[in-house]
Amino acid sequence: MTRELRFFQALREATEIAMSRDPSVYIMGLGVPDPKGIFGSTLGLREKFGEARVLDMPTSENGMTGVAIGSALAGMRPILTHQRIDFALLSIEQIVNQAAKWHTMFGGLMKVPLVIRMIVGRGWGQGPQHSQSLQAWFAHVPGLKVVMPATPHDAKGLLLASIEDDNPVIFIEHRWLYGMSGPVPEGHYTVPLGIARVAREGRDLTIVSTSYMTLEALRAAERLAEEGIAAEVVDLRTLSPLDEGTVLESVRKTGRLLVTDTGWKTFGIGAEIIARAAEGCLASLRAAPVRVCLPDLPTPTSAALAARFYPRAIHIWKEARNLMGLAGAEGRPFEPPGVPLDVPDPSFVGPF
Amino acid sequence: MSDPAKLPILYELMLRIRRVEERIADLYSEQEMRCPVHLCIGQEATAAGACAALERTDHVYSTHRSHGHYLGKGGSVRAMMAEIYGKATGCSKGNGGSMHLVDLSVGYMGSTPIVGSSIPIGVGDAFGAVLRGEKRVTMVFFGEGATEEGVFHESVNFAVLRKLPVVFLCENNLYSVYSPMSVRQPAGREVYSVAQGHGIECHQGAGNDVAAVYDLARKAVRKAREGGGPTFLELKTYRWREHCGPNFDNDLGYRTVEEYEEWRKLCPLEAFEKRYLASGAVAADELRRIAERIEREVADAVAFAKSSPFPQEAQGVYAP
Repeated sequence: MTRELRFFQALREATEIAMSRDPSVYIMGLGVPDPKGIFGSTLGLREKFGEARVLDMPTSENGMTGVAIGSALAGMRPILTHQRIDFALLSIEQIVNQAAKWHTMFGGLMKVPLVIRMIVGRGWGQGPQHSQSLQAWFAHVPGLKVVMPATPHDAKGLLLASIEDDNPVIFIEHRWLYGMSGPVPEGHYTVPLGIARVAREGRDLTIVSTSYMTLEALRAAERLAEEGIAAEVVDLRTLSPLDEGTVLESVRKTGRLLVTDTGWKTFGIGAEIIARAAEGCLASLRAAPVRVCLPDLPTPTSAALAARFYPRAIHIWKEARNLMGLAGAEGRPFEPPGVPLDVPDPSFVGPF
Repeated sequence: MSDPAKLPILYELMLRIRRVEERIADLYSEQEMRCPVHLCIGQEATAAGACAALERTDHVYSTHRSHGHYLGKGGSVRAMMAEIYGKATGCSKGNGGSMHLVDLSVGYMGSTPIVGSSIPIGVGDAFGAVLRGEKRVTMVFFGEGATEEGVFHESVNFAVLRKLPVVFLCENNLYSVYSPMSVRQPAGREVYSVAQGHGIECHQGAGNDVAAVYDLARKAVRKAREGGGPTFLELKTYRWREHCGPNFDNDLGYRTVEEYEEWRKLCPLEAFEKRYLASGAVAADELRRIAERIEREVADAVAFAKSSPFPQEAQGVYAP
């Protein structure tokens, strides 16, 4: 049976299923058992699985990441949560030097089955230290897997696959996806890591997207279709290992490539995808590829500034038209007049 | 000494560490061991005394200066030597080198050179054991420099909070590379006193007295095994040779020859021989037999390492 679930409910269901199936799975993070339950994604787990497997922890991100790694070496399957990526930066040493390397540097004797959930904030004044989208950092490090679901279906299936994987997985969730609904099958299923999703088929240009920008890309593709342009949207879902095959297959078909990512432009996911296209199918490219990413600037806090900072469907639409060689157009706004641009939808009333 | 029957094994562990490392130092100039080596010559008693207090099934985590801990826990001499030579038969199949030793068959879980970084992993190993209902003790070795890292405090806090079966074993050898204590920690403050602030039981001991080390470690291990929680042990000792490499480096001037000579007089092996041969607690020919056996072991390990093949491929990045 498939029914509609919100993104956070899909995450919660995946965790519940994983913990029911495998007693070595436990979840730990600041606020995991608190009344807000990581924006709803861990609610009810403490009641069902008890204090031993659903843990709050000291405010010690680096140390507790090491603890999670050590427990994984000892046979557990920890899920560690951070309410923002920005806090997880305190644990970069353990993630990069340790979690990513123990398997390889000890000749394959060790494995670190660890999932680290991190949330990307946006809007409502999240500002420079509650909104960073650092997937490119993690994807740069061999030994880590990096996952970014865009739909409730993939959130559940990718989280289950990540928990069952024997490697450290950085699982990056966009805060603006939490309230989105979508069809989610009941029971256990996995979405395999390392396989992209063609979210919309098209022959004219390829839009490669990550996480929340997949939603904006699909909105842009909708309007492009009204204008007779068939955009193919490839939602990467997993950044590492990267599904180069699906990307290149699409670019060979369309000859045009636009990449839209929730992170910064410079040295980011867009750069990597375009480099892969240049290496893998340069002759297919009929126009210079384009990136629609964040400007290289710490996120401004004011709603007025943030509205101009974040690219949205209209920016993707404009760049797609340019790629198609169509005359410049201002275009009517995607959002009706008066709709605030610093929230995922009008039902969101803060504070985070 | 609480357990005289342990004396021969303490001597054997110390002598093995000493002779393996001296052999490494002798052969290093051949340039066939193409990785950094951080020798613990002079510090053998901390490794031997502490590891002798553990069961084979207990776990040990360590640092860049880990040959002693690996050998103390019973790690394979052949596999360690081959690892330093970068060979396929090495304990990490050539992917690790001297700074990344492992021998799961004796509970030696791994060494890493980032200061303090293996401490939370050892604590997590103990946490995992508790979650899984497994009865073992985890011992984490580190130098006094690691107590200056934030992650040390995060780890001790969590171990105390959860009453985990961990022994934090701090080898205070007075230097972090060439930086003395005087530029790193306030004068007059003992290292263990900082750990004490976390509410952990702390003891300070003579790191070159193998029997004293063993006694302290045995109490801490027993307490951890019985559910009494973690203990912090600070053992004062001294590395004789350079921070990294086979040579002596008193010519550099970062420490005085007088200081070195004072510690040289406290050689843990000579002290052991003086004390226990004279008292008749151990017999001279027993120690001689041990020494002869170790010489054969070391020669065998070097020959094994040298004759082993190089690995053809690096280890893959993901666990299957």
